[in-house]
Parts: sequence; C-alpha cells; structure tokens
Amino acid sequence: MPDYTPHTQEEVQSMLEFLGMDSIEDLFEAVPTALKMTQELDIPTGLPEPDVYAYFEDIAMRNRLVSERLVCFAGAGAYDHEIPPVVKALAGRSEFLTSYTPYQPEVAQGVLQAIFEFQTMVTRLFGLPVANASLYDGASALVEGINLAVAASGRNDVWISSGIHPNWRAVVKTCATGSGHRIVEIGLEDGITCWPDGICGTQSPGVIVVGYPNYLGCLEDLSKARSLADAHRALLVVATDPISLGLLRSPGDWGADVVVGEGQSFGTPLGFGGPYLGMFACTKEHVRRLPGRLVGETLDEDGKKAYVMTLRTREQDIRREKATSNVCTNQTLMAITAAIQLGWLGTSGLGEVALRCARGTRYLRERLLSLDGTESLTGDTPIFREFGLITPLPARLVIQRMADQGYLAGVALSDLVGNKGDGSLDLSNSHHGLLVAVTERRTKDEMDGYVEAFDKAIRS
Amino acid sequence: MNDDRTVIGQLSDGRGSQLSHEQASQHIKTMPGGKASSAPIIGNDEEPTIFELSSPGRTSWQLRSTQVPQWSMEELVPVGHRRAFPVSLAEVSERDLVAHYTRLTHRQFSVDLGAYPLGSCTMKYNPKICDAIAGMPGLAEVHPGAPPELVQGWLEVLVQLEESLCEITGMQAATLQPAAGAAGELTGLLLMRAYHEDRADQRRRVIIPDSAHGTNPASVTLGGYEVTTVASDSRGCVDIEGLREALDTDVAGIMLTNPNTLGLFEEEISQIASLVHDVGGLLYYDGANLNAILGVVRPGDMGFDIVHMNLHKTFATPHGSGGPGAGPVAVSERLVDFLPGPRPVRLTEGKSNWSGGGFNDEFAGEFGWMLPTKSIGRVHSWHGNALVLARALGYVMVNGADGLRRVAQRAVLNANWIRKRLEGIYDVPYDRVCMHEVVIAATTLKKTYGVSALDIAKCLLDAGFHSPTVYFPLIVEEALMIEPSETESLQTLQALADALENIALGAKGGVNMKNCPMNTPVRRIDEARAARKLIATFDDR
Repeated sequence: MPDYTPHTQEEVQSMLEFLGMDSIEDLFEAVPTALKMTQELDIPTGLPEPDVYAYFEDIAMRNRLVSERLVCFAGAGAYDHEIPPVVKALAGRSEFLTSYTPYQPEVAQGVLQAIFEFQTMVTRLFGLPVANASLYDGASALVEGINLAVAASGRNDVWISSGIHPNWRAVVKTCATGSGHRIVEIGLEDGITCWPDGICGTQSPGVIVVGYPNYLGCLEDLSKARSLADAHRALLVVATDPISLGLLRSPGDWGADVVVGEGQSFGTPLGFGGPYLGMFACTKEHVRRLPGRLVGETLDEDGKKAYVMTLRTREQDIRREKATSNVCTNQTLMAITAAIQLGWLGTSGLGEVALRCARGTRYLRERLLSLDGTESLTGDTPIFREFGLITPLPARLVIQRMADQGYLAGVALSDLVGNKGDGSLDLSNSHHGLLVAVTERRTKDEMDGYVEAFDKAIRS
Repeated sequence: MNDDRTVIGQLSDGRGSQLSHEQASQHIKTMPGGKASSAPIIGNDEEPTIFELSSPGRTSWQLRSTQVPQWSMEELVPVGHRRAFPVSLAEVSERDLVAHYTRLTHRQFSVDLGAYPLGSCTMKYNPKICDAIAGMPGLAEVHPGAPPELVQGWLEVLVQLEESLCEITGMQAATLQPAAGAAGELTGLLLMRAYHEDRADQRRRVIIPDSAHGTNPASVTLGGYEVTTVASDSRGCVDIEGLREALDTDVAGIMLTNPNTLGLFEEEISQIASLVHDVGGLLYYDGANLNAILGVVRPGDMGFDIVHMNLHKTFATPHGSGGPGAGPVAVSERLVDFLPGPRPVRLTEGKSNWSGGGFNDEFAGEFGWMLPTKSIGRVHSWHGNALVLARALGYVMVNGADGLRRVAQRAVLNANWIRKRLEGIYDVPYDRVCMHEVVIAATTLKKTYGVSALDIAKCLLDAGFHSPTVYFPLIVEEALMIEPSETESLQTLQALADALENIALGAKGGVNMKNCPMNTPVRRIDEARAARKLIATFDDR
C-alpha cells in the first residue's frame, strides 16, 4: 500500500495513548456525525508508484509531442525555445522546488537573492527601474498592470489594443466584471492599432494598453500610444514578448509606465500552458502600488549583506481588503528558472536568440508568402518573431493535415477566443487565420519541410 | 485502520530482532529526530550576485546549428525599433553559473532538508514520482494551443483530475484554470457575482470571519464586493449571533475556512449554511486547510457552493519557493454553467463546441473543450498550471481513497500530539482537539520574560527547524501556528517539541533570545532599512 506517512502502527497507538484516545476517529470528534463520510471516497485505491508512472507514460503517448514527432511552429505566447540541461538541473534543485515563500529570510537567502537578481534582469530587459518577484502568467500580469494604472490615474476606463493576445484580453474582461473597469477594445489595421483621435463613446481613458510586439508579431510605433496616453493623462501599459527585447528597443525606453510580459520563453517548458511566468515592471513612482512580492537588499545585525521581502504593507496578509492585489502564491520557481536561463544566455546569447528567431521568421514567412493562395494577415507591417497568415483553407484543417506530416503548423486564430463566445476577433475570416512562430531551435531543413507540407496541405 | 502494516505487528530494531511493546515504546522515545541543523555549511561568506561574477565576453550559451540565412539585425529590424545597446546581463561560464546557484541553494531551507511546520501552508513532503510525471516529454513539451485531437492525453489528465477533486470535495464540476489559491478565490467571487447577477439580484457584501487569511478580504475587493467582518466566539469559531446580525439580502455570500485558521472545525457549519442560504447567499470554502478532512467530511456535504483547493498544499505539489501553485475551483450544481471556460470535458457526441466563431471541427477523440453557457470567461492565459495539475493527479492516484483518508488522519494526529506535548509549556488559547494545525501562543513568555513569538521562531531556526507561522491568525496575540503535516515522523515531532520546550526553558532562564538566530547564513535582518532605503535591483546599489 503506497504511503508517504512514516508512522508505524505502534507509533500511531502510542500517540493516541498519549492523547488519551482509543481510536483515530476520536480525533474528528468536532465533526458532526451527520456530516461525516460513511464510506470511502469513490476514487480507486492507491496504486504503487510504478503503476502510476506507467499510467502517465501511456497518457503521454496520446499527446503528439512537439519535440519528437511534431516540429513546433506554434507560438501565440508559448514558445519552443532551447532549455539546456544546465538550466533544468539547477532549476530542478529541491531547495528551490520544495521551499515556501521566503518569510523567514535568515534561512531563505538563496531564494531571496535569486529573486533579487531576477528583478534586476527584468528591469534591464523592460527598461523600467522596478520589477516584482513574478505573477502567475502574462494575462495575470496584464490584469495587475491595469489595476495599478487605474489606481494611479484614478480613472477606470481602459483602452486596450486588439493586438493584445485574445486570451489575455479575455482574462482582463473576466476580471473587469469584479473590478468594474470599463474595457474598450481598439481594433487593428494591418496589425497596427487604430487609436481613435477623440473619445470613443466613453470617458477619457485612464489606461492605454498595447502589445509590443503584439500577438500577431507586429511592431507598432509606441510613440503614438505614448502621445495618446499623454493627451488623456493616462498611464501606458505595454505587454511585451521578452525574447524580442534582445533586439528591440525596450518598452520602458518608449515611455511605458508599466511593462508586463510572459516569461515562459526563459527556460520554462511549454507544459500545455502552465506553470508560466508573469513578468512585471513599473516606474519608481508606482512602487508602492506594485502587486505581489518585492525583494530588497539590506543588512543583518552583523552588518552583513542580506535580502528580504520588502514594502510588505502593500500586500494582502497585512493590508487585507485594502491591499494592492490579492496575489500571494506566485511563480517564483519560474522566476528563478528565468534568471538561470538569462544567466546562461548572457548579453550575447539573448541577442543571438532574438536574432535567430527573427531570421527564421523572415525565411519561413517569405517562403510561405510566395505560395499561391497564402496572404499576409498584417500587410507589410514589420514583424519580429511571429506572423499571421491567411490560409486558403480553414487554419484548423491546415493544422490537422500538417500534423500528419510531422509539423505543428501554428495556432489557429479561431482557437484564441474571447469570453462568452463573442469571438472578439479582428478578422472576418478568422477561421483562415494562422499564427506561425519560429524560434532559434528551428532549422532551415525543418522550415523547408514545413513549406513543402504546407503546400501539400492546402492543395490536397 | 485498514493498513497493511498492522499484520507486521511488531517493531524491528533495525537489526532484524523483534522488540517487546515496552522496548518498542522506549525505542520510539529515543530515536533521533529530523533536525536540519546537522546539514554542513561551509563557511558563512556572502555570495556575490551573478552580476559581480560576470566578465564581459565570457559565454556559456550554445544553440542549434540551423543553416538559416544570416541576415543582420539591420536587415531584420526597422531602425526606430532597434535597441541602441544590448541588454546588459551577467556573462558567466557554465561552471560559474552552476556554482553560483548551487551555493545559493546551500543558503536555503526546504522541505527536503527538514521539518517545515509552517501553519496554514501544509509543507508536506512532495513525492518525487510527481516530479518525474511533470518531467515526461509527452506532457512537458506539449503546446497549449494544439488542437484537441493532438492533446487527448492532456485532456484526459485534466478531466480525471477534475472528477477526482469533485469527488473529494463533494461538488459537481470544477475549473482547473486558477493558478493559485488567491486566483481561485477571485474566480469563486466572480462566480458568485455572475450567479446573483443572472438572477437580477444586486448584492454588495461578502462576510468573512476575523480569523480569515488575508487573501480573502483582498479577493473580495477585487470581486467588487465590500467586506463585512464577523468576530469569532470564545471557542474560536464563527460567532453565530454576530453572523445572524450581519446577514441580510445584501449579502452575496460568506467565505469560510474549515477547519479554520485556528485549526478548529466549525462545528456549527450546518447552521451557518442554513442561515446564509436563507438570505439567498452562497457559501465559499477556502480550501487552504482541506488536508485535515480528506475522506472524512466534504465541503459539499457541509453545504458549500464554491470550493477552492490549493493543490500545492493538500495535494503535495511542491511550493517552488513561493509558487507555482494551482487553485482549482469546484462548484455545486447551480453554478456549473458559470464556470470559466473553455473546460476540458469528456465528449458525448464526439464534437467540441469550443470555437468562438462557430467552426466545429470533426475529430476522433474522447475528450474536447466546452464553453459553459454563462461562463464568466477565462481566468488564465491557457488552461491553468497544467504540469502542477498533472502532479496532483499523480498524488491522488498513488494515495487513492484509502491513502487520502490516512493523510488527513495522520496530519490531525501529528498536530494533536504537538498540542498535547506543548500544553503547559506554551499558552494554548483554544485548548481542545484540533485538526491539522494548532495555534499556540507566547503571550505569557512575552509578558513575563519579554520573549516574543518572533524570538521563538528565530531560535527554532538555530535548532534546525523552519519556524511555524507567526502572528497569524491576527486574533491570537503572539501566535505560533504549527502545522506538522502527516509526513513528519514521531521522532521529528519529538525533536521539534524538545526544541520548543528548550526555547521556553531558556526564555524562563533569562537566555537572551534576541540574539537568535546565530547559526544561519545571515542573522536577524534590518527589515526597516530595506523599506526605507529601497534597493530592489543590483543597479539600485
């Protein structure tokens, strides 16, 4: 019988005797008898580990792998980047894996310092001076960014570009039903946000949200969003793809007040969508509104350098209903993983990864656009490491056919839906929209094979 | 007890000979416990930051050979979008990278190292089989945007877990999207809101006991509600009269933790449920303390409508230094249509109805996605913390119905053993049979000897244990909240209790507790300085 409790039967008896109890049931005397279960839970009896392992091996066979049997060209916020053995080995260390939030800093300097270093890396990437210790994922980081900006501007009208990932927008809208923020989606043309000149049917916005690059891979001129924010005395929140910042001007440099991003690209496996990493940075001005944990440097009583969670009065366990956020558990392990991955990449490696993504993207895109029947979804707008195609057949069908040839062709735009079935897509022919991503792991041979398979898929 | 090992009958002394019961008891008493202070630490120098270990030009990255045309940055990125300078990151060798992070791990306490009796956090042992499951390429390398026909295995994992969690909690259906307990709370409150709004019933308040976790009130605010706090009675449970007074048709619901944060079971839960339901409110179960009642009693049977679970607590997925967790939310029948979507489901008609624009693709598969008719929408970028969810399913399968019940029994047994052992040494403000955790207090030690809960926590670090949760719940002065969890042995409990007893004796003997800890990589930390002179990055130095 599988068991992780160490008690021998004699020990259980001696402990009960010590408590003056006859039976283990006496421990539950406070539970009203009428409520107690009279029979076992209707789930199978425990199985030995090897049996459970075998079950999962079997289950895993029923997924088509990205790495072995399906070459991954899917992105949409989840990317197949290189994760070297050294990062897996370090991030998998049980001191990081099995410790709790560093509330006792004297015995948590390892985690605290790792987070401090992570925060430093995020600020350098995003171009803003303050970064937190992580949030759940890109979408939750965006929600928190909007909440901060609403609190800072004092106005809860939020203009959000439709270039923000549809799933993230969906989360923003879900959360807005509680917070009461009024969310206005601004459409795209050729992948670029069409910001209105005046006020679009609502109050003057307190928050402007834009993607850079946006989820269709496009690079838009952020100075327009910045001017718009200035005109409305609103805060500018930018959602970024952090890998791209290896080559791109940082959103902070463009004038963002808050920058959020999905950090999965830094050492975290695709993992069917989680756990991922919400990255968050803001200007110094807003540090006291920062959601989640922040690690600061200080001294111990011997004058030795030490790290500790700081500005804690923002947080829910102290401020309760007046807290800046309800977040408690975050994604620290992924933050540490990202820091290790960025340590492995270093300055030149990050630039090289970004460059290789852009090169592969250009190569594949040019080849696909040269095929009869395919069109760019975003015109000639500059793209970085991901691109949208209009396919002659429904994208889902293309993906299905290409899977038979060993490729995960991309993500169908029709699978990225908003809330309540409203679709909220920007394209009338969204079923023909395919989002294709190329990472540094994709070889020329794989891309040539992809083009061949794609051509076959749309012609058969 | 239905335990295989009852047939073994007698305790071995480790050399194959059998011991008498008396000898066995003696043996139990003298076995060494699991103190972590025996872990060797070489020296106590500071570890430099990775930025200080950097040398410009040093590299450790290696990438695939791809044969892709070597376009330059200038050819790829329009000038206005180009970064003027590369991102400044540390430049270290792989060897130095390994050394740096390995040294950091040596400055870190963890469950794998020793007992972590942190109340409310359920720091139980995390079985390694679940790490192995989460590491399987067939699970870890699957893209979340792949169509359902390519991810049947994953969908089965999610559906299986949902079904297990519903059985364990006595609920109808669940969403697995929330990434942590607080995310589950907000999801639950948005479900509550959607439910009332669907009935055109405007309500503004949510009731929370004064012993609740801080995430509860914070989530209530984000859910667009106002918090009404009700006091606890002298027995540490919800004050029924106070509750009655707070209840009216403006109350959307109540959030309860049961057992509560004092480690006590809310005995009047059925009455509380009737009172709240009578005014049209819903009951929300904060599953932080679910470990205590697995297989014993179910939130659904107590009358709860919404239940969140912390898989990183009860279901042993590792806490990851503060995350990731997973906070699935299970609901009763009347809330199923409001659940976040898309939901993984067993398909009855071989079709998925998840497709925003109406494109229903035929595919052969048992599992697919479904968007509930009145769904509140997404609460996660994708499908939740999937690899955490897979670990939790592994844990459920290894333990099974029998094992989960044993988990609760032994968690409660351990907590009560500690309670009894420390009676008379510390204050035990609510001294009766507790559930999985016990709140003791240093009130007397503080008053008489000036030794606070914080001092005790720090002394315990020196003794080789992680400290309990301190100063929580807020309604107990000088609180020390101890949750040993079921995976600590009697010997470890003994060593922990001995350490706590020694600390109390030391306090009474005038030992200066303010000096503790002495044996940790750093000593007491100037937290005020950190806040006053904020250095939150290396560049702030």
